[in-house]
Amino acid sequence: MEIPLEHVIGLSALLFAIGTVGALTRRNLIVILMSIELMLNAANLAFVGFARAWNSVDGHIFVLMVIVVAAAEVAVGLGIVIALFRNRESVNVEDVSLLRW
Amino acid sequence: MSAPAVFFYAFGAAAVLSALSMVLHLRNTVAAAMSLVVTMISLAVVYVVLDAHLVAALQIMVYAGAIVVVFLFVVMLLNLRHDVFAQRRERLVKLAGVVLALGAAFAFLQLVPNSLPTVQEIPADFGSYAAVGRALYRDFVLPFEISSLLLLAAIVGAVVLAKRRLS
Repeated sequence: MEIPLEHVIGLSALLFAIGTVGALTRRNLIVILMSIELMLNAANLAFVGFARAWNSVDGHIFVLMVIVVAAAEVAVGLGIVIALFRNRESVNVEDVSLLRW
Repeated sequence: MSAPAVFFYAFGAAAVLSALSMVLHLRNTVAAAMSLVVTMISLAVVYVVLDAHLVAALQIMVYAGAIVVVFLFVVMLLNLRHDVFAQRRERLVKLAGVVLALGAAFAFLQLVPNSLPTVQEIPADFGSYAAVGRALYRDFVLPFEISSLLLLAAIVGAVVLAKRRLS
C-alpha cells in the first residue's frame, strides 16, 4: 500500500502529544477525560498501523479491547465527576487538590 | 496521489486540527465534545484507509456514538458553561516542557523510521468483519469474555458512584 507506516505512527504520535497537553493543561475534569480518550485513540491508530504492517489482525483485537476499557473508564470517570460535582459544585481540578503534595 | 492516500492525509489533518482546537482553543465544553466527535469520525476514515473496517465501524458506533454522547449527557446534566485554563504558568516549567517536547520529537524522528517493519502485502479480506471475528472468537475468547466482566463491573461502579445517596 502507498501510505508509509512512518506517517501513520507520526499521526498517532501527534494525536497522543495533543492529548497529553490537554490532560496536563486543562483544568476541567471532563475535558481532561476527553483528552485521555484522545490519547487512547492515538494508541489505537498505532495498533491499526502496525497490524497492517505485520499483516496480523491481532492489532485489531487489541483495539477492540482498548475501546472496551475506554468505555468502562468513561463510565466510571464520569460517575466520579457527577459525585464530585454533587459534593463540591465544581469540576475544576484546582478545587480537588487536597491530595496534591 | 491515489484516492486512499488523499483520504488518509486529509482526514489525518482534520483529526489533528479538531484535536488541537479541542485542547487549546475551545472553552465551551459542549463545543469541545463536538470537536472530539470530528476527531473520532476522521480517525474512522483513516482506519478504513488502513483496511481496518470492523475497527472503523466500532469507532463510529462506540466512540462517536456512545462515549461522546455520555460526555454530552454529563456536561448538560451538570449545566457547565465555560472552562478556565490554568492560571499559574511558571516560566521554568514552560521552558522544561518545550525542551522535553523537542527532545521527544527529535528522538522520534531519529529512532522510529529506522526501526519500523516494511509494510507487507496483505490479503484482500484483511481487517474484515469475518477475519477479525474469527480471531476474536478463536484465539482471543478469554480476553473477550473478561472484557464483558470489566464492562459489568464498570456499569455497577458508575451507577453506585453517580446515584444519589438515600438517607
